[in-house]
Amino acid sequence: MSTRAPRAPAAHVLIVGGGGTGGALAHDLALRGLKVTLVERGELTSGTTGRHHGLLHSGARYAVHDRESAVECIEENTILRRICPGSFEENDGLFVGLDDEDMAYLEVFLQGCADCGIPTQVLRPDEALRLEPNLNPDLKVAVRVPDGTMDAMRMPLRFFATAAHNGADIRPYMEVTDLIVHDRVVSGAVVHDHVTGRDGEIHADVVVNATGPWSEQIARMAEVEVPIQPSPGVLLALRGRLCNMVVNRLHTSGDGDIVVPQRALSIVGTSSWTVDDPDDLDVPQDHVDRMVEEGSKLIPAVRQAEFRAAWSAARPLIGSTDESATSGRELSRTFKTYDHKETDAVEGFVTLTGGKGTTLRGMAELCTNVICGKLGIEAECRTRDTVLLPHTAHYAA
Amino acid sequence: MVTAAEATVARPAEAVQVDVVELAETRRFRVFRFKRDDRAPHFDTFEVPIGPRTTLLEALRWIQLKRDRTLAMRHSCLHASCGTCGVLANGREVLMCVTNVRELGREITVEPLANIPVLTDIVVDMREFYARFPDVHPYVRESELVLQSETPEGIDRSVRYEDCIECGLCVSACPIVATSDRYVGPAALAAAQRLAEEPRGVDTEDVLDWADHEDGVWRCHAAFECTAACPSNVNPAARIMALRGVLVGGRLRFPGRRGSA
Repeated sequence: MSTRAPRAPAAHVLIVGGGGTGGALAHDLALRGLKVTLVERGELTSGTTGRHHGLLHSGARYAVHDRESAVECIEENTILRRICPGSFEENDGLFVGLDDEDMAYLEVFLQGCADCGIPTQVLRPDEALRLEPNLNPDLKVAVRVPDGTMDAMRMPLRFFATAAHNGADIRPYMEVTDLIVHDRVVSGAVVHDHVTGRDGEIHADVVVNATGPWSEQIARMAEVEVPIQPSPGVLLALRGRLCNMVVNRLHTSGDGDIVVPQRALSIVGTSSWTVDDPDDLDVPQDHVDRMVEEGSKLIPAVRQAEFRAAWSAARPLIGSTDESATSGRELSRTFKTYDHKETDAVEGFVTLTGGKGTTLRGMAELCTNVICGKLGIEAECRTRDTVLLPHTAHYAA
Repeated sequence: MVTAAEATVARPAEAVQVDVVELAETRRFRVFRFKRDDRAPHFDTFEVPIGPRTTLLEALRWIQLKRDRTLAMRHSCLHASCGTCGVLANGREVLMCVTNVRELGREITVEPLANIPVLTDIVVDMREFYARFPDVHPYVRESELVLQSETPEGIDRSVRYEDCIECGLCVSACPIVATSDRYVGPAALAAAQRLAEEPRGVDTEDVLDWADHEDGVWRCHAAFECTAACPSNVNPAARIMALRGVLVGGRLRFPGRRGSA
């Protein structure tokens, strides 16, 4: 009889969904020594993550009405700059006041930012125009905040690259067609491999639903519900770099109230409505028109800039699916982990959803804590200080 | 040039239900299909409803969602910034997300990019593309707007992402890449020139030595197909020529350095 006990195999987590959330989760789990497989039906970040305007959020937009999200954003903003050096256009942002209504909002905005730990600097119009000559010359005030621009695909790719380097098995073009469930225990997934054209099964100790706006479709496979309301918005890309700093309208959330510079493009966004199917997104003409209308109030040159693209992206908003949530703007932008053992008496299944592009690492930390708790694993999170590999490492053979 | 104010966007999904495809304006798409263990690729043909502003990507997504869920394709940002959706449309390199279907004719053949191994259907394996790059890969650069404006206090110079979106269209278009396994290609050489032009702390000697090679900058035959294909104004051909100028200039100033004259 052997005197040495065999080492228990590392617990295996299967992550469904290759957006920023899934990538950050794979990274955190791998760092804590778990075995990770991640499957994504298309290219990584091809769901919602890759499509956003690229704002590295200071949280200022939420400082008045959604403080939970604002605090999450400014904390993660600081961490991301540390763990992804060289991945951002770090030129700060401005909140621009154009009329009396904006000016009335200024004080509560500054107070909200202060309460949430978001640094601000009030600028006179002449000071703002020296920084950003293309601004509306009739602006009344500008408030500088630590916004920035991220590459919506390549920044998350650093999480995937580092996770793979630490042993995670990352599988794009592998689509989950069903979950394996017996007696209210989820033990894996049935997958279709788009590279080979074949079907297969992947077994795991925990399956994580990280599919963002598609969360409901995956949850249904385990016969549970998650309160996700897919909420798309239209975005507009124009040729030409019209600003260096992110330019926001100084008011509560509204359509077309942000212009995000991104390499040699300017992205104007966004709008908001709710849908049932995140794969069937319109690009309504009146929303595109509104982007031009509102965007040109901030930067008049928007109106004459050359059109590059108009598209829609679905936010994964947490909230009830009741009738009153018609625009989606009422719902919080915070994130949540649902352990379905607690919520639905289904073992082995966790949903991680909500959030914003900026909060991917924080979402993963929360969820990894829950998963480790479920599996009885004691391991500290190290993602706050682990510098990530460059995105090109994802393509190293 | 279409300005933002003039842009109209219409979607086929609004006009058409699955069973009334015949009544809408349509285009025929021949799409390259290949799964890993297939003996040979084949083409599948689809009739797809389109509108005035339908992009090639929207048309292929319609096929994927309504006709054939096994059709694999690559996309992410939907606005020519991530560089993932490159294909050959009627033999020409394009990004699907910003290509209007109406510019492509009545029958549209869609194939994967050339010169990069196929992964599945119209998706290529980009590891080949990245393998040709020098070790240091430029990603941010100084923003040109800083000439017209001040930088905010505490920020030395405004930065922005490089123009190159790593899409591979230039590598696909290059006739020399098509005939040589070892030529590093236009994307890698353009990146090397950007490092030489704006070092940002990188040792340019290493990069110049890397480029100064028969499979580096000297393999280019000035076809300029790369510059014609580039969707992001990188102008790789001009950058290859500029890099040659730097290398030759280095020889003239220091005869005997970096090999024979």
